[in-house]
Amino acid sequence: MSAHQNHSTLEVLPRNKAKIKKIWKTALILLVITAIEFLLAFTMERGMLLFAIFIGLTIVKAGYIMMEFMHLKEESKVLFWSIMLPLITLMWLLIALFKEGADIFMYRW
Amino acid sequence: MSSTAIEINSKRGIWDGGNEPLKASYGKLMMWFFLLSDIFTFAAFLITYGAIRVSYPGFEGHVADFASSNEYWPIPEMIFNAIPFVHGVHAPLVFVGLMTFILIMSSVFMVLAVEAGHRNDRADVTKWLLWTILGGVTFLGCQAWEWSHFIHGTDGGTLMTYVNTFGKTVSEMVYGANLHVNEYGPAPFAQLFFFITGFHGFHVTIGVVLLFLAFYQAAVGIYERRGHYEMVEKIGLYWHFVDLVWVFVFTFFYLV
Repeated sequence: MSAHQNHSTLEVLPRNKAKIKKIWKTALILLVITAIEFLLAFTMERGMLLFAIFIGLTIVKAGYIMMEFMHLKEESKVLFWSIMLPLITLMWLLIALFKEGADIFMYRW
Repeated sequence: MSSTAIEINSKRGIWDGGNEPLKASYGKLMMWFFLLSDIFTFAAFLITYGAIRVSYPGFEGHVADFASSNEYWPIPEMIFNAIPFVHGVHAPLVFVGLMTFILIMSSVFMVLAVEAGHRNDRADVTKWLLWTILGGVTFLGCQAWEWSHFIHGTDGGTLMTYVNTFGKTVSEMVYGANLHVNEYGPAPFAQLFFFITGFHGFHVTIGVVLLFLAFYQAAVGIYERRGHYEMVEKIGLYWHFVDLVWVFVFTFFYLV
């Protein structure tokens, strides 16, 4: 390694236009979804339907961030699933604790 | 990456070593699994928020008639309605929307820095990292203002009956928020606000420090001598994660 201790400059590759365009497109999608959430927050009646839409849109946004920005989609299948499977099991924690909270509500009020 | 090439015999068995089943470097793998554990922590926080929220009654009636009380959970858009420099203007969720925009843009700049790193383009890496840091610092500034406003409260305050720190039930005007009582709603509302946004802000702070490190090392050419910009990619993963968490905090805290 010490023999190569020079200031060799790496070859700079040209900008990948298609890739950069895709990044900006993803950014636009994320911002549009956030704008839709805003619009719904002030136009729709508050309730379970609205909350379900919000959570659905959030998961879509999370998907775009993980797949496009963090490039999880491009990783090997084993790595992809070893990240995704534990996250899917979190859904159970969500359902279980919401049930728990609703039961405490019944007990208290 | 490595100067030594390992000759891989295609007949070699899977247990004979020299395999790379996940096809990712050690550092990147560790970052992914650290993030997975961090997702568990944040998920625990947010799901706790949800569980405590549904254990309280919601506000019955029109959103416009909302008045704070510790009898029911507050409507977030009626609480987070202030913006800096303009006092007393009802601007629901405008400021937090701006914060979301800033963090998403910062995430976009980060992915552009990672893309530049793949091309070994030092100038582009430093440029985009600087934009990313700017976004992160602006976000932190916004959050500091948000906290300050939340703690100090509104002009009017709320008349509340609650058990004070001496164990006595009192009825008095409450201004702002602390861990014991707050003018917006039940005590857990402010507690969860402090814990969740605080923990997220702490992550953003760490992210800014790491980004500055990456910016410095890229600018002085350490990565160029190293031969790759993988550190930018790893710190990028962390930064996107911070954005990812904010997307959930935004939904659970400010919308639902």
